[in-house]
Amino acid sequence: MIERNIENYAIELKGISKKFGSVVANNSIDLDIKYGEILALLGENGSGKTTLMNMLSGIYYPDGGTITVAGKDVTISSPNDAINLGIGMIHQHFKLVEAFNAVDNIVLGTKGKYQKPKVLKEKISEISNKFGLEIDSDKEVYNMSVSEKQTIEIMKVLYRGAKILILDEPTAVLTPQETEKLFRILRKMKEQGSAIIIITHKLNEVMEISDRVAILRKGNLIDTVKTCCTDENKLTELMVGRPVSLKIKRPETDNKKTILKVVDLSVVGEDGREALKNINFKLKRGEILGVAGIAGSGQKELCESIAGLMKIKHGAVLCNKENIIGKTPDEIIDLGISMSFVPEDRLGMGLVSSMGMVENVMLKSYKKNKGFFIDKNPARKLSEQLVKKLEIVTRNVDMPVRMMSGGNVQKVLLGREIESNPNVLITAYPVRGLDINSSYLIYDLLNEQKQKGVAVLFIGEDLDVLLEISDRIMVLCHGEVKGIVDAKNTTKEEIGLMMAGRSMEGADDDE
Amino acid sequence: MIKFINFLVAAVFAGTPLLFGTLGEIMNEKSGHLNLGVEGMMSMGACAGFMVGYLTDNFLIALAAAFIAGLLGALIYAVLTVTFMADQNVTGLTLTIFGIGISNFIGEYMIVNSHTNSLKLPEVISQQVKNIYISGLSDIPVLGQLFFQYNPFVYIGIITAIILSIYLNKTKTGLNLKAIGENPASADAAGIKVTKYKYFNILLGGGICGIGGAYCSLIINGGVWMSNSVNGLGWIAVALVIFASWSPVRAIFGSFIFGGFNVLKYYFPKDIFTFPNAFYDMLPFVITALILVITSVRKSKKNTRPASCGINYYREER
Repeated sequence: MIERNIENYAIELKGISKKFGSVVANNSIDLDIKYGEILALLGENGSGKTTLMNMLSGIYYPDGGTITVAGKDVTISSPNDAINLGIGMIHQHFKLVEAFNAVDNIVLGTKGKYQKPKVLKEKISEISNKFGLEIDSDKEVYNMSVSEKQTIEIMKVLYRGAKILILDEPTAVLTPQETEKLFRILRKMKEQGSAIIIITHKLNEVMEISDRVAILRKGNLIDTVKTCCTDENKLTELMVGRPVSLKIKRPETDNKKTILKVVDLSVVGEDGREALKNINFKLKRGEILGVAGIAGSGQKELCESIAGLMKIKHGAVLCNKENIIGKTPDEIIDLGISMSFVPEDRLGMGLVSSMGMVENVMLKSYKKNKGFFIDKNPARKLSEQLVKKLEIVTRNVDMPVRMMSGGNVQKVLLGREIESNPNVLITAYPVRGLDINSSYLIYDLLNEQKQKGVAVLFIGEDLDVLLEISDRIMVLCHGEVKGIVDAKNTTKEEIGLMMAGRSMEGADDDE
Repeated sequence: MIKFINFLVAAVFAGTPLLFGTLGEIMNEKSGHLNLGVEGMMSMGACAGFMVGYLTDNFLIALAAAFIAGLLGALIYAVLTVTFMADQNVTGLTLTIFGIGISNFIGEYMIVNSHTNSLKLPEVISQQVKNIYISGLSDIPVLGQLFFQYNPFVYIGIITAIILSIYLNKTKTGLNLKAIGENPASADAAGIKVTKYKYFNILLGGGICGIGGAYCSLIINGGVWMSNSVNGLGWIAVALVIFASWSPVRAIFGSFIFGGFNVLKYYFPKDIFTFPNAFYDMLPFVITALILVITSVRKSKKNTRPASCGINYYREER
């Protein structure tokens, strides 16, 4: 075991650099962390947080600089080296084998003789008691919730005796209650002398859990500050480089008329299970209805069934009293229902990644084109307008959209949908992976649409954002609506409980 | 009744090369590599096994040569797909074409250079690969015929399957291998040497395929060299992996069942109904197609293709 002198530095980084092609991901970074300390690594997307940590866990190899672990200079050239040095990393996308059970995942790759599952289980329960983890050893990973998977990841690290734990955006997919549980475990590990680095861009969590904060911007370490001597506004300024107002607007609108009514909607998902169970809600003009829920609670199915992409088991979706079930996606688009669905890979649905902006804009309008040949000019004009209006950064409108950055892709997608003057705008995870600036631009766009009388269905994952931008919030859990609440009169905790399955009073009032 | 037992015995004989091919492909797929070159690796094994047997008169050396030939075929595949990240499907298909081609070429070359215009194995080696006889056991009626009267290949195949099953399910290395096939990034993060494991198991699988090929040239063709001796068995083996749901033990039964289809034409009672021979030749392939349809409809996370099978792994991919 590593000697635990509390003044010993667990890790010292000096002048660490990493380039990907011509892109500098990390530029000569100096950073240190002690045992018994929680360090938050804060920065916008693309600021190089994950790259830096991947060099500690042996996934990437630094181009320059030295790494010192527990006072000794080391080279970490593979994940194995990292493990041997007592460094464990919990990645944003879990590195678990879905088809294996908890025990197999935990012992995977460990050295030593083959041991009977019973012996292993005892060892695991011993460690989990020490740190307050809850683990069902025989459960297969594909049956686990996100929080359970994360617990397994932490267990994997502890099982290997790691004293340095790195967590990459661990709370992105957790409910507030699960986040609390995770933080309790982390505090306990800190008490036991572990060094913990947590990557995040949620400021409130930084303030809550960390002892010190290191801020990265565009690959450079801007500053390292003590958490007790700073506040959220100062941190944002350091992170973005200039003062930013963190308030999201919620303009009031009147004349809210129901435009979309979903009645008893049930859908069978891809895996044969009911993905949506008797969903009922109304969507009104001039409002943003937020949809909260743990990933995979039926959000995707909800979008796709309204857009006419999924077969419906029973129920109805009424748009202006007209049932749209059974209509083709084309006919639904003609009714003014527009979808900007942004799945995890951003480019999946909605845009063709290898085509340029012009062609992508045309996808929705070329059918109105008369004659045999396609006239590209209107689409080109529209694209150029969008570039100006939304400040889209692109070399030209014919550049394949996959070469744009995430934020710009998002703007193209939303811009195209908005230009078709929809009545209903369905948008899923529109700010996923975007930095603060781009996120606020998207929020403004949505609010603008709302003020024009468009009904917006906003499927989100960040509860803080949902609470600020939505008028009402609908919470999904395992395909059921657990309640629709007024966003002004609810709390994060209440929504968290509903996401975990508790039902609440509805606010889906009749007009 | 006797005819039925004869049918079962014939099914085992006909299924044995399939068993080797299936086991080899299972090892490939468990490491995350869909290797469509089974037919090619078997062909190379067939050629090497026959030619070395022809020249040395020694069954064991022939067997080793077949194993090494299959292994070399797999080495081409492994270098291209593991190290150079080439497309697995295309590489596998190419390996098949290459393997068949080079075996036929060497075969023709040897025939041209022989005095008799044909190649026949010497008597010594035919003696070594003939069916075993254990006095006492082999004489038991029915049971003796069903279990104790096969050639050495059959027993080698079954023992290989059992060893592989233990390897996959009861050892740490097996667990590591399965993790690589499911999710190489996870395995890598857990400190497992992904590339090393992939090479080892792809080569091992290729070697096993090679032995299956030797069976075709040494046993099925009756000791006379013929071109295209594997004759599509490698393709059935690829499908059998799915039928056996990636389990070496189930592969034993799957192979023998398909062996049964292969020899059905000789045993199906002609007095009931007479199908043309082409129908029987077609049968295994039709059944294979049916099984592919059935298994792709079935949805379960257990006993399915390793999740990363067919996808090359590159650590620094972003």
